[in-house]
Amino acid sequence: MIQYILQYLHSNVTPGEAGNLFWEVVYALLIFAGISVGVIFMNWFERKVMAHMQVRIGPMRVGPHGLLQPIADALKLIIKEDLMPANADKIVFWFAPVCVVMTAFCGFIVVPFGRTHAITDMNIGILFMLGVSSLGVLGVIMAGWASNSHYPLMGSLRSGAQMVSYEIAMSMTVVSAVMMTSMATGTGTLSMIGIVQAQMQQHTWFAFSFFPVGITALGVFSIAMVAETNRAPFDLPEAESELVAGFLTEYSGFRWSLFFLAEYASMMAVSAIATTLWLGGWLHPFPNLLSGKIWDTAFSLVPGMTFLALAVLCLFYYVRMPRIRAMRADALGLAGFGGVLGMIGVVMLLPGVRERIQDIYWFTLKAGFFMYLYIWYRTTFPRYRFDQLMKIGWKVLLPISIGVVILTALIGVRQELLALVWR
Amino acid sequence: MSDNQFYDSLDELEPGHSTFLDSNELVLNMGPQHPSTHGVLRVILKLDGEKVNDLECVIGYLHRGIEKIAENRTWAQFGPFVDRLDYTAAVSNSLGYCLAVEKLLGVEVPKRAQYLRVILTELCRLASHQVWLGTHVLDIGAVTPLFYAFRDREDILNVFEKYCGARLTTHAFRIGGCRYDAYAGFAQEILHICDDLGPKIDEYRDLITGNRIWLQRTKNVGYISAEDCIAFGITGPVLRASAIQWDLRKKQPYSSYEDFEFDIPIGTAGDTFDRYVVRVEEMRQSIRIIRQAVEGLMEGPIIARVPKVIKPPVGEVYVSIEAPKGELGFFLVSDGTAQPYRVRVRPPSFINLQALTKMAKGSLVADVVAIIGTLDIVLGEVDR
Repeated sequence: MIQYILQYLHSNVTPGEAGNLFWEVVYALLIFAGISVGVIFMNWFERKVMAHMQVRIGPMRVGPHGLLQPIADALKLIIKEDLMPANADKIVFWFAPVCVVMTAFCGFIVVPFGRTHAITDMNIGILFMLGVSSLGVLGVIMAGWASNSHYPLMGSLRSGAQMVSYEIAMSMTVVSAVMMTSMATGTGTLSMIGIVQAQMQQHTWFAFSFFPVGITALGVFSIAMVAETNRAPFDLPEAESELVAGFLTEYSGFRWSLFFLAEYASMMAVSAIATTLWLGGWLHPFPNLLSGKIWDTAFSLVPGMTFLALAVLCLFYYVRMPRIRAMRADALGLAGFGGVLGMIGVVMLLPGVRERIQDIYWFTLKAGFFMYLYIWYRTTFPRYRFDQLMKIGWKVLLPISIGVVILTALIGVRQELLALVWR
Repeated sequence: MSDNQFYDSLDELEPGHSTFLDSNELVLNMGPQHPSTHGVLRVILKLDGEKVNDLECVIGYLHRGIEKIAENRTWAQFGPFVDRLDYTAAVSNSLGYCLAVEKLLGVEVPKRAQYLRVILTELCRLASHQVWLGTHVLDIGAVTPLFYAFRDREDILNVFEKYCGARLTTHAFRIGGCRYDAYAGFAQEILHICDDLGPKIDEYRDLITGNRIWLQRTKNVGYISAEDCIAFGITGPVLRASAIQWDLRKKQPYSSYEDFEFDIPIGTAGDTFDRYVVRVEEMRQSIRIIRQAVEGLMEGPIIARVPKVIKPPVGEVYVSIEAPKGELGFFLVSDGTAQPYRVRVRPPSFINLQALTKMAKGSLVADVVAIIGTLDIVLGEVDR
């Protein structure tokens, strides 16, 4: 038994490939917990970033710099009364949030946080991911229908139309990236891990290959993914100023928090797709130029150093905190948080751990860039109108993405084409 | 009328455009509790999908009977009540009422008081437009400008607080002049605000005006022609955005407005975007007026000699001023006693709100929200 557990640690594949059930379960639990913590952190981070962009300071009261605010909010939501409208379709109303959360988390089965850090390596990984994430719209429509109310109905209809139309442009750009994987080896792959490995073999991120095709595809994808996840400026299904709260209007308490969880989880899922397909997944920056023993060691030290730096920051602010009784719990909390971060940092510096951990770090950093963009959009842009949204989806993004696919194909077979012309 | 009767009467309205596959129309009740009806406006929409086939405004949820209250108060006692009409521009209301009573009494207000009134009223116009800007842009989905606008409004409210102790419902003026003189450092503080606000308006412009989404959401939305404006009796920025140069401060100068140099910004297209441009430009003109008034502020008395108990001669009078939202008029009837016989307010918001049906019919749900925002209504004034 113990040998069964330990022997996986020496393999270089995902638990799914190794067929190791124990580690599959452990990974699934870790990813579930990690995404939930990520959602909590994103909630705090979004409020803080938005606040500072809007000349406010954001949550400051619950925990040092409001760090515990999302946890307090979650507790509040859980203990709230669970309201269900009298005329609602009870079963569908109950199932809608479950459906949304399930589909949002299912996609993470194939997300490669590192060469070995995925539950499994499916040979149709990206297709699975797109398929599962598009099922989420089902839950939204169910929520709107079951609420038996006008605002949710309109919100869910908008959502259905929006998600379906942006899915096409999104999938087209994914096709372009998948086609690029065949450049070095001659055989393409749909596997998420395979796509990253192809980028490693071709010594480039797909965002920069076939310039400007790759970067255009990433651009189209990063617009479509905002619409796909119903976020500003495409947040029409829950447009606050028009539809009160859209399909969420009748939901409250724990059910509402499930929708919230699913929204952020699906944001992370599409960010993960974008990272994997165009930004080299778990690869550290410039894997082709800066390789070799010294560089590898240097890059593997970065995650631990980051955590240590955060710990130092926390302790610095702990020292600067006023020594008064009212702030004592806050100060101790901040120092404790810094201590925990520091310990994680030290563990991450251990040889053996750091080589494996650094993949997760680079992946999270790149996906975090997209998450930051989400916040940035939300503070900057007004909301699109429904017809304008459809126009962008069908008349702008779709033609561009089809063009991207055709161009990728033409550039991909350019040598054969040139040979034809010369002959 | 009960709600059922109301919906029945809606069905008798013209059917509008033929619907897709003859699907039923959806009657959507927006308000009185809704995030973007600016208070307690209720709009009943008849929708074909996203398209608005018909809509009906229901008002009166904030009716407090202010005009009736006046008949049981003395002329001076009614002063604070007018602040509660358009509560984002309380100083303007106060000015309108005081001017009307002064005309009834035949009192000449001292020059210094007139200049003080101009300064505070224009500051109030700035504050009112900042509330409008923040909430209007918020309705269209941009969150950030709201905080910028309210941050800058704070400086103006601080001036009001220092001047008369109140920030929102100020009761700044008294019949015959002003109750308080300018406090020490008044001129410097206001000139400082004027210097500051110009760059801040540029900041709003950078954030909003050139934004593609903003342009798409506001251009050709909520169009109203000049003829329709006149037919509805619409005044203020909404009228000026439809290319009619009508501003009571220029056309019928009151309170020494003839002393100041300023332009009347007008639009051309009569759509939501032009109304936005006109209001933002008006803020710059207000800064110009304030600067001239502060620099020209002379010494002298701040209130005319008015008897303790005001008993105007028998008669009636109508005085109107250019409030931030349009022509704010007061029609007063005196029967020679210490109490008004009748006070009638001509509220710009109420009259401008009539255009909502005309502007929003045939547009989309999202446009209705934008149009309510662009009309710049305050329900306290609509319902009174």
